[in-house]
Amino acid sequence: MKVKLLINQRPRVVDVEPDEYLLDTLRRHDVLSVKRGCDAASCGVCTVLIDGKPTLSCSVLSARLEGKAITTVEGEREEVTRFYTYFGDEGADQCGFCNPGLALTAISMKRTFDNPSEDDIRRYIVANLCRCSGYVAQVRAIKRYLEESS
Amino acid sequence: MKTVNRKTPSVDGKGIMLGRPAFTDDLADKGSLIIKVLRSPHAFARIKSIDVEKARKHPGVELVLTHRDVPRVAFTRAGQGYPEPSPHDKFVLDEYVRYVGDEVAVVAAIDETIAMEALDLIDIDYEVLDPVLDFEEAIDHESVIHPEDGIREMFPIGFEPKRNIAASYRMDFGDLDKAFSESDVIIEKTFHTQAQAHVMMEPHAVNARLDFQDRLVIISATQTPFHVRRILSQTLDIPIEKIRVIKPRVGGGFGGKQAIHGEMFAALVTMRTGKPSKLVYTRKEVFESTYTRHPMKLHVKLGATKEGALKAIDWHVLSNTGAYGEHALTVFMVAGSKVMPLYNKVDAGRFHGDVVYTNTTPAGAYRGYGAIQGNFALESAVDILCAELGMDPIAFREKNMMREGETSPVFEIMGEGTEGTAMTMETCKLDYCLSRGLELVDWKNIYPRKTLKDGKIRSVGMALAMQGSGIPYIDMGAATIKLNDAGFYNLTVGATDIGQGSDTVLAQIAAETLGVHINKVIVYSSDTDLTPFDTGAYASSTTYVSGNAVHRAALHMREMLIEEAAVVFGVDVESIDFDGATFTNKEDEKTITLEKLANRITYNEDQKQLTATSSYVGTKSPPPFMAGFIDILIDKETGEIEILDYVSVVDCGVPINPKLAQGQVEGGIVQGLGMALYEDVKRTKNGSLISHDLLNYKIPTNMDVKKLTTEFALSHEDSGPYGAKSVGEIGIDTPPAALANAIYNALGIRLTSLPFTPEKIIRALHEKEGEKTS
Repeated sequence: MKVKLLINQRPRVVDVEPDEYLLDTLRRHDVLSVKRGCDAASCGVCTVLIDGKPTLSCSVLSARLEGKAITTVEGEREEVTRFYTYFGDEGADQCGFCNPGLALTAISMKRTFDNPSEDDIRRYIVANLCRCSGYVAQVRAIKRYLEESS
Repeated sequence: MKTVNRKTPSVDGKGIMLGRPAFTDDLADKGSLIIKVLRSPHAFARIKSIDVEKARKHPGVELVLTHRDVPRVAFTRAGQGYPEPSPHDKFVLDEYVRYVGDEVAVVAAIDETIAMEALDLIDIDYEVLDPVLDFEEAIDHESVIHPEDGIREMFPIGFEPKRNIAASYRMDFGDLDKAFSESDVIIEKTFHTQAQAHVMMEPHAVNARLDFQDRLVIISATQTPFHVRRILSQTLDIPIEKIRVIKPRVGGGFGGKQAIHGEMFAALVTMRTGKPSKLVYTRKEVFESTYTRHPMKLHVKLGATKEGALKAIDWHVLSNTGAYGEHALTVFMVAGSKVMPLYNKVDAGRFHGDVVYTNTTPAGAYRGYGAIQGNFALESAVDILCAELGMDPIAFREKNMMREGETSPVFEIMGEGTEGTAMTMETCKLDYCLSRGLELVDWKNIYPRKTLKDGKIRSVGMALAMQGSGIPYIDMGAATIKLNDAGFYNLTVGATDIGQGSDTVLAQIAAETLGVHINKVIVYSSDTDLTPFDTGAYASSTTYVSGNAVHRAALHMREMLIEEAAVVFGVDVESIDFDGATFTNKEDEKTITLEKLANRITYNEDQKQLTATSSYVGTKSPPPFMAGFIDILIDKETGEIEILDYVSVVDCGVPINPKLAQGQVEGGIVQGLGMALYEDVKRTKNGSLISHDLLNYKIPTNMDVKKLTTEFALSHEDSGPYGAKSVGEIGIDTPPAALANAIYNALGIRLTSLPFTPEKIIRALHEKEGEKTS
């Protein structure tokens, strides 16, 4: 079946199976920043923005997204670059497999919240698992990004 | 120092965050055949018959492989030098299946759906055998897990498969009986450590293709590309020169990718069909069919005088390697060799035991590599001993621990699978790590405990740790530096960046030596065709071993450049000053820039290509040291633990990139806390996995650890590049013992079996109350 999606600001008509998840549709169309880390909607590395909201692309059917705006880091180059200056400065990145999903979550937070507390930040990114960093540097980087880059 | 010991963002961090295709599955050929593996539903069985005709005929299926279709060559998946200290006890596919998840058959099809359908079309008649699931009953069990012919040890490791023993080991020094007879206090305790899963965020993945020279190109998420090339060649009888292994960006490893996993199948499918193929593990397959940490039972006996001098350490250890003996002996030995020297003033010591097979997921390499298990046992036992002695555990450690300039007989006796290497600690700042950590955690105001108004108890606990920096005389790393026109450099290294940032750290070392900004050093790593050799990312070797290779190559390049400048000015090399950007003839102060010189020898005069290749193999393995302190809040009613802070003071020599080194320590601490608090690979009584997804196997989230305090001791290891030792594993070692000691300090209960769940804490509290009332 065909479905109209706005992928990174570009209108696309894509052919999808009725049971195909957005993650597979995106990777099939070379949007490769979106990763698969688990089979149970529990790791966060497939996070994309759907109409601006962080969503696990492994758990939404592409067929139900008619007309929706799907944003990945490929479509947020400037903002991701800005975010990375803080992230890299804090040494928060290691393997990077979770970073596109985390960057989108942080960008969404910046657009949604005014002056979030550290606890707000932790709650907002809690579903973005990372096995490398120990998280503390990530939280420091996000805090600075939210405070300094607006 | 302009580049080293300064923070520098990772060379790859921004590109990865921007989503550039970089990981194994991003780089698969679009038309790849999809590989799926049929896995055993039984913990132990023999395949009586297997019928794949329906699967082969299923439209879209290109290849089905069973044990009848593959070479029968025993090998080990462990990537750890050659010949390996792991038994060659695994076949590509076998008539026996030895754990739930073991490989039965392989299907390659044009898409995933067809491949999955084909798996269902395979008919198998199993003879189900009685599995060995309890590792304490494995030795001389009625069921023999490896009854087959053709398996072997590469050199003596105590391999006795008919008794379910993969390896055994014994060492001792001094007169143990005498040392205990001279002790006023002797304690003995048995500790249990659980299987832990690695849970790197990128599941194991591989793809394969044949190139235009008809060579097999494997792109793999591996920690050991050169070992992968060798093992594929040896096992599948492919000439090694026909294989190229490329390691792209890897989404974490922690030891879980220090082995062959899907590479064997992708190589076979592509060789047999001539078509590109790919295999991406599901998370369930990662949990079920890759590696776990070796579970261990450790019995520790310590003896000390009443003045608090530790006289003897005696260990017996039983380790569970699961269905295959991957890293069996070496992980076992590290539990002693990278823990026991912490207390080097003992008169006598013994470390012995067995590594046994069971019908469970194979255990393998995992950050810490035995040291975390051994550290938990010994550093818990030291606090138990101190309680018996009535001595302050900090004072006891200050009296008995390793100091700079000292050694331990253990270094010479125990290597990794072989004898070790004697060495003296040129750098050991444990005394500073201990005293600084006490300050940072505010030990004197909290120890042993404080009861808060709401009834919760705040307490602190601590442990010391050491690791290593590569394996002396075994681990070799190499680097090539090439000068380009305009005066920038390519640095190619065999060293394997799996996310820990080694590309960045090695580029920093090269940039520092060459006197240029890191942007002028373009680093490329781990491609068996294009880069020099390196054993891989394991044993905390990269910064120290590969870093030394890079430093040497850069020094060599500098010498060659100065020779070229001397030619330009017609003087001796002694007359040339070079600051990285400009050569100055000291005789007449005339100068030429690196850019001009590089262009001259590329395009104009004396044209030539300058490259410098150097390698390094350690003659010792200087240990990084640390003191770890945990500050916790325990709810006595629920057994819940809240972590208020984890203080780490680390001596890793000079941290080449302090932020990345801090990331290594903190990532290790949180992984260690996961093991201490709740991570646990759980099975049913039939041996199938319960914890096969992230809902049933929990790893820490950012809500679990809100504060980490990490500092580095001022330390300079002269044998390391710019004074560095390695730092990849040391962070993981202390949390289990530090937490056990903190729980004891809070509640007076001694937990000896990981992980410390609220249920275990409540049960132990009830037992303690019961003892009081009875």
